[in-house]
Amino acid sequence: MPAYSEKVMEHFMNPRNVGEIENPDGVGEVGNPVCGDMMTFYIKVKDNHLDDVKFKTFGCGAAIAVSSMVSEMAKGKTLKEAMKITPRLVADELDGLPKQKFHCSNLGAQALQKAIKDYLSKKKAEGGKE
Amino acid sequence: MRKVYLDNAATTPLLSEVSEAMIPYLGEVFGNPSSLHDWGDTAREAVEAARAQVAQLIGADAEEIIFTGSGTESNNFAIKGLALAQQTKGKHVVVSAIEHFSVLHSARTMEKWGFELSLVPVDKYGVVDPEDVRKSLRKDTVLVSVMHANGEVGTIEPIQEIARITRENNVVFHTDAVAATGTLPVDIKELGIDALSLAGNQFYGPKGVGALWLRRGVRIMPLLDGGVQEGGRRAGTENVPAIVGLGKAAELAATNIAARLKHLTPLRDHLLTELPSKIEHVLITGHPQNRLPGHASFCIEFIEGESMLMMLNNQGVAVSSGSACTSKALKASHILIAMGIPHELAQGSLLFSFGMDSTLEDVDYVLEVLPPIVDRLRQMSPLYSKFIKTSKGGK
Repeated sequence: MPAYSEKVMEHFMNPRNVGEIENPDGVGEVGNPVCGDMMTFYIKVKDNHLDDVKFKTFGCGAAIAVSSMVSEMAKGKTLKEAMKITPRLVADELDGLPKQKFHCSNLGAQALQKAIKDYLSKKKAEGGKE
Repeated sequence: MRKVYLDNAATTPLLSEVSEAMIPYLGEVFGNPSSLHDWGDTAREAVEAARAQVAQLIGADAEEIIFTGSGTESNNFAIKGLALAQQTKGKHVVVSAIEHFSVLHSARTMEKWGFELSLVPVDKYGVVDPEDVRKSLRKDTVLVSVMHANGEVGTIEPIQEIARITRENNVVFHTDAVAATGTLPVDIKELGIDALSLAGNQFYGPKGVGALWLRRGVRIMPLLDGGVQEGGRRAGTENVPAIVGLGKAAELAATNIAARLKHLTPLRDHLLTELPSKIEHVLITGHPQNRLPGHASFCIEFIEGESMLMMLNNQGVAVSSGSACTSKALKASHILIAMGIPHELAQGSLLFSFGMDSTLEDVDYVLEVLPPIVDRLRQMSPLYSKFIKTSKGGK
């Protein structure tokens, strides 16, 4: 086994918030299969808070654990708070990640931020219409 | 929980006959084979007996066997040593695209040292076309190296045909037979080659010992300078217990090779037939028939190898993968890529390698635990949901 922390193993074996949201308010996709990992995050926003967060991930144990942890960290937060989740914070919450996994598999925060930005740009476009 | 070790391509277990043969040399027989007294004589005799055993396994003469520290060392020695010994004749080396890194990276090092390198491609099954080897030969070609069998996809290469071409052209031919020796019958006279690498831990011998067979008269430049051990070609005090173990493992392999084939082949064939019928969207990697007897390898679409490995380990099953995530280099297997398998499919690589301890029940256990793991990971996979959406629920 790769040198994963107990917390990584626990999130990998029992990932939280796996799935897709129907009619999501925002979607964020990062990674590509060449480097090994792909993550898609879906968000539902209510009163400027992340009411629901779900993800789908193609990748190694670390990638799955990272996605699960990000979804857990983000749920219920304001959009502004959620934008402050960084790969470093996610790794710390997981009690660390193996060095070679830190960059390639730690894309969850980026995917979440992309989903939030997607939501904000959609909202802006809708605001323009009204 | 049931424990099923199906990673014999990584290493085989040590047979008890082998460890028993080694024990005296880890204890009372401690002499240095180079010493000129009874202690040295006993150790030297043991090393020479092992040399004869290894030679017999591949149909060679004992004096043609050089003990090394691993299959990797044998390959480094062959590529660098054979190329360097002939550099006045020419500086062009040919290897296949699916060689083990100990051959491929050695060849790359020769490039840095002023040699030119040609890589011979493979087809979708990982088979080298001997005609491609012929086309790659030049006036200044001094060495060709193509592996006997590939440890990752199991494919057996047409070594005899390639050797015929190198002989016609008077070029030295080395084969990395680390994955093949002790599992398949390997006879250097039948193959018609000039040099061959083998390693103990691939056929129930110890780790940290290998051998290079070199046809008498073929010149090689030593990589390790020092004393005159191994005929002056590999300096350093011999690892006597490991060499004794390698010898014993070779003797057992020579006696049991037919029984090994008979035991391993049905296990492989059972998994190769049944897995694709239990799991959709699976590709068998390597040649479907002409492959190592205990070797079944696949790419499982839409999911990644390390995740499968971890979940299988959780069920007590040990296997390996060529995915980028499982490699420390974070690159997908160069072998799968050379066979034209796309990166995302290569990520789902899974390799089962059976050993003499494996049973049909082990295969059935894999067939029971793997499909739910694949399902679970596919439910998590954005690639799978995309596939389902675009194919509107599958074909």
